[in-house]
Amino acid sequence: MPLFAPLSTVIWLPIIAGVLVLFTGSDRNAVLARWMALAGSIAGLLVALPLWTGFDRTEADMQFEEFHRWIETFNINYHLGIDGISLLLILLNCLTTVLVVIAGWKVIQARVSQYMASFLILSGMMNGVFSALDAALFYVFFEATLIPMFVIIGVWGGPNRVYAALKFFLYTLLGSLLTLVALIYLYNASGGSFSLLDYYVLPIPLTAQILIFVALFAAFAVKVPMWPVHTWLPDAHVEAPTGGSVVLAAIMLKLGAYGFIRLSLPIVPDASQHLAPFVIALSLIAVVYIGLVALVQADMKKLIAYSSIAHMGFVTLGIFIFNPHGLQGAVIQMVSHGFISGALFLCVGVLYDRLHSRQIADYGGVVNRMPVFAAFFMLFAMANAGLPGTSGFVGEFFVIMGTMSVNFWYTFAAATTLVFGAAYTLWMYKRVVFGAVANDKVAALSDIDRREFLVLGVLAIAVLCIGIYPKPLTDVLNVSVSTLLEQYAVTKL
Amino acid sequence: MEFSIMDLAPAAAEIFLLAAICVILVVDLFVPDERRYLTYGLTQITLVVAALLTAAGIDSAPVYAFSGMFVGDAFSSVLKVGVCLTVAIGLVYSRSYLEPRGMYRGEYFVLALFATLGMMVMISANHFLALYLGLELLSLSLYAMVALARDSARSTEAAMKYFVLGALASGMLLYGMSMVYGATASLAIGDVIAAVQSGHANSTILKFGLVFIVAGIGFKLGAVPFHMWVPDVYHGAPTAVTLMIGTAPKLAAFAFIVRLLVESLGAEQLVVEWRQMLVLLSVASLVLGNVVAIAQTNLKRLLAYSTISHMGFLLLGVLSGTTEGYSAAMFYVSVYVIMGLGAFGMILLMSRKGYEAEELEDLKGLNQRHPWYAFVMLIIMFSMAGIPPTVGFWAKLSVLQAVISIGYVWLAVVAVLFSLVGAFYYLRVVKLMYFDEPAQREAMQVGVDSGVLMSANGIAVLALGMMPGALLAVCERAVTMSLRVAT
Repeated sequence: MPLFAPLSTVIWLPIIAGVLVLFTGSDRNAVLARWMALAGSIAGLLVALPLWTGFDRTEADMQFEEFHRWIETFNINYHLGIDGISLLLILLNCLTTVLVVIAGWKVIQARVSQYMASFLILSGMMNGVFSALDAALFYVFFEATLIPMFVIIGVWGGPNRVYAALKFFLYTLLGSLLTLVALIYLYNASGGSFSLLDYYVLPIPLTAQILIFVALFAAFAVKVPMWPVHTWLPDAHVEAPTGGSVVLAAIMLKLGAYGFIRLSLPIVPDASQHLAPFVIALSLIAVVYIGLVALVQADMKKLIAYSSIAHMGFVTLGIFIFNPHGLQGAVIQMVSHGFISGALFLCVGVLYDRLHSRQIADYGGVVNRMPVFAAFFMLFAMANAGLPGTSGFVGEFFVIMGTMSVNFWYTFAAATTLVFGAAYTLWMYKRVVFGAVANDKVAALSDIDRREFLVLGVLAIAVLCIGIYPKPLTDVLNVSVSTLLEQYAVTKL
Repeated sequence: MEFSIMDLAPAAAEIFLLAAICVILVVDLFVPDERRYLTYGLTQITLVVAALLTAAGIDSAPVYAFSGMFVGDAFSSVLKVGVCLTVAIGLVYSRSYLEPRGMYRGEYFVLALFATLGMMVMISANHFLALYLGLELLSLSLYAMVALARDSARSTEAAMKYFVLGALASGMLLYGMSMVYGATASLAIGDVIAAVQSGHANSTILKFGLVFIVAGIGFKLGAVPFHMWVPDVYHGAPTAVTLMIGTAPKLAAFAFIVRLLVESLGAEQLVVEWRQMLVLLSVASLVLGNVVAIAQTNLKRLLAYSTISHMGFLLLGVLSGTTEGYSAAMFYVSVYVIMGLGAFGMILLMSRKGYEAEELEDLKGLNQRHPWYAFVMLIIMFSMAGIPPTVGFWAKLSVLQAVISIGYVWLAVVAVLFSLVGAFYYLRVVKLMYFDEPAQREAMQVGVDSGVLMSANGIAVLALGMMPGALLAVCERAVTMSLRVAT
């Protein structure tokens, strides 16, 4: 038993920091709350680094495992452990939290301590989801994340925030409650265990597998979100404050995809194989149809929200074609989308903070007043469109390559994203940034300050690094991905 | 009936409580109004001592007393400790509410203590008559407490309804018990189950009696379709009394169900019968409780409907008919009482002289008026909705586990779907507190004692959510050690 428990630290340090921030109380201590939150989030990132350096890239089993008895009555254990996939998502989460804290530095003036605390606590909980190896623990973290996000959208959101927050909460709760029933069923079927590792080797008849798959699918598909249960996402994104949108797009959506990878596929592989065409169809609809929907949006945040759904369609597609390229591509796409969508929401936030409008029509010619910002925005827009050299390209390329070995027409449909993605992103970019200065308000814009530069700069570096040299990522993923695929391939009937 | 001095030991807490009530009744006559805190203090001391006396027997194997009328076992000890502490905490929350409303009087405390005694007798009863005696002692005290606000038409009406429907329920129970007596020739729980299991009892009469007993239980518990009194009484009674009705008696009611259905009529051929009835009651309660709660604008009525749905969940645990299920139900009811204390207590805390904070609107912007209590209420609401990491989640999980383990997956699905509906109105409370601007700016005036307890209450909901193991183990042990469950 090592003295230092890295995973527990990664989970609990942000949560404890969040609670401490909460205790700074009213807005009289806002400055203190901000600095404490920054310190907490940076500390959270720092303690996650040993995971990266200490991670054995050749090891197939879970690493950094921690095991404690938790609830004896139900044989629930505090069991943590990560593989390469979890590792990347945890790092993404820790980094995003720092950026979100910085991004909310000036914008949030009301109830600062509660705002910062919500994000820190949320961050810890999501790390918990990514490292839980016990189904009950996973579920607790998975569902607990709803509470801070509900508060974030509802308190600091836009005019229609109450509707959006309630819709977000109830939509996602519906799915996860069915998952709860499935998990309890598995608990009984496995003779009283909540361990995911036990479930991986538990034989289950096909009918039961399909029902379990459907129950799990209800939770994860809503979270991803997949067409047609995606309608909560545009509402939530539009109403959420910038930081909320960033975390929602960058991390929370990944909880669903992660759930597919960690629960659905290994626990019910036969049902997954059986229903894969169905899931693939939904994914392709998301890619094509939602891509077209994004094209006609007048609201920038809504546009990026729809673009998120389309990109997440790529992720589910990659997962459900069951080959190494697809899965690896899906995970890289998750990470890359975390950076890109986060960055795009921050860009919109930068504009919104100045002009208090998200309508594309209210802008035009921004480049004349904000050249530095326009450069960053350009990079992220290109990355969103999947330009080679950016991280957006790597994931999509892998997935498309993986699909090609399965079915040409899947590939064909998926590849349309390169057209639609470019169309909606760049068209929006053109209307907002280029052209003559549209109105007096735009004329009065000032370029980004150092704080905003820092946040966008970090994301730009990340996007470029992954785009140019993705090998560190694929190194971490290789063994985990092939182990997972071996698991999926074994029938459990 | 022979009397032995040894009989007094298992009933020590009850005997002490009765003696203390008599003392308080007399002492209160000599206490002037401005020193009423003496009565209050004595009441609290009595409750705590009664809890301690009960706790002494928490590890014992079942001990029978008074010719088998009374039983002291781990199950009853746990529940009785729970009852005493719940009433004590409830009185702390109530104090500042009672004072300006002219109810801070000896009668209130004596009635509360009598109700406590009734609950303790119910919990420890090992004979139908003792069970009935305890139930009536509890009910009559509660009727009187509801009517204590003499000048309020609403309270008087509520008391009237409560009394009439309560009497009807008691009648049903007695009728059912008499049927069981007719079939088994005994009213002692041990003899009844023996007669039922022997198979010689007339099964038609037994089932007939069972129907009436279940109906009586449904009334007392407030399960649909016997729920009509719940919203009116919760709404009409002074909030302090609502707190009293909504919390501790649920523990007693659970014991009542267990003594009647499980210990007396728990033979296999009867379990299948009452399981069907309880399925209907619980599904109806879940549906009606959760759906109708959405339309409420009054917080007390909302909590009343929420209670109905929670009782539906409680019945889910019982109807599984397994030891696991009973301990899950016991855990559920304990958790419910903790949450109920917090929720009703919060209404009391927010009320001031001449101002009842019982409308949902009154919660508006609580986060800006008092962030800490808003946070406590947030935790309690999420716990009632069953969202982790609060303890309400584990309560739901354990009950669902019991239901799924007997193969009723569909029932679990129904239950979770309606708890989704339930989540909506709990979220609405959170929305009012956090998302809306306050309608009034006055700060809450909360006494130190109730403030500290309320904080502890909220933290307990959260802490038990992170570490539910101990409470789960207590319930499991109490059930497995004490209950004579037919297999």
